[in-house]
Amino acid sequence: MTSVDAATAEFLKRAEKEGLVDVAYTTVDTPVGPIGLAATDTGLVKVALRPDEEDFLGELCANVSPRVLEQPAKLDAVRRQLDEYFDGRRTTFSLPIDWQLSHGFRRMVLEALFSQVHFGEVVSYGELAQRVGHPKASRAVGTAMATNPVPIVVPCHRVLRTGGSIGNYGGGVEMKRQLLTFEGSLLT
Amino acid sequence: MSKIGERSHTTASAVVLIDVTLPPFQAVLDEHRHGVHRYLVAAVGTHDANDCFQETMLAALRAYPTLAHGENLGGWLYTIAHRKVIDAVRARDRRPLPVDVVPEQRFELADLGDGPVWAVLEELPPKQRTAVLLRHAADRPYSEIAEVLECTEAAARQNVRAGLARLREEMRE
Repeated sequence: MTSVDAATAEFLKRAEKEGLVDVAYTTVDTPVGPIGLAATDTGLVKVALRPDEEDFLGELCANVSPRVLEQPAKLDAVRRQLDEYFDGRRTTFSLPIDWQLSHGFRRMVLEALFSQVHFGEVVSYGELAQRVGHPKASRAVGTAMATNPVPIVVPCHRVLRTGGSIGNYGGGVEMKRQLLTFEGSLLT
Repeated sequence: MSKIGERSHTTASAVVLIDVTLPPFQAVLDEHRHGVHRYLVAAVGTHDANDCFQETMLAALRAYPTLAHGENLGGWLYTIAHRKVIDAVRARDRRPLPVDVVPEQRFELADLGDGPVWAVLEELPPKQRTAVLLRHAADRPYSEIAEVLECTEAAARQNVRAGLARLREEMRE
């Protein structure tokens, strides 16, 4: 390790210890491609399905804090659970989530989705609207899915159009198809 | 008729709201860590440079969210580094040096060459020394050197020029 790398590592350690890292991030490889992960002290705050194309660090700077540093160790638990999920050894994520990038109705819908729609299940936008007590709000439910800050972990891929067509997905329809196939909800 | 002191150019004072979007601190660190470290090694030696580097980056990270804009982040960061150099030199001056201990070799960075030029650097007036180090150890533009030294760009240039001239002269002797 060169002396600048050693000094940098020491700085990062101290920054972490002094609570100066508001957002820690890393990128992990998964069967559906590289995924960006970011966490605050509260929990997982962002999953970026296309970290190279979307400016997910810019979004975190603008909406959480510019004290954003690459700290893979702070995301070890998330990475481990994702590995287990993609290995077929995990069907539910047990992670603290920082919901601060989602508000109001959208957040309520996402929290319901997180706790109620399990591995192997699918629901339609309309059914999810019903579950949260707003049966006419399927369009707003669609918007909530489109703005989900923590996809995969909060499983918006399990929400389909009424009638069963696959609908859209932040990581692209193909990724949604891959995830649903993997969960056994979609026949190839 | 306007009152005395009333501004006649009120249109120019229209407030322009600038979106304060700073880059992630990681980007600032990636872009500047090598340059800042080179500057610190050249200014205070390898041993103190590691401490100064950490102190510089911690101070920068602490203050970062309060910055009003993301322009000239290099100038801002090197100003902090420069202050840490001043602190380190002061602390060293206060530290008693046992007479039988050889003082730490200060300028030993390989890619700067280890010629006698670095020993002569210490003879320069502080502003010239800082200007020369920022320009030639850290490769900073004159606009940033000016910010660190709190002077004009022309004066920053002059400090580098005068510092180098003095070095050449000392080297010839």
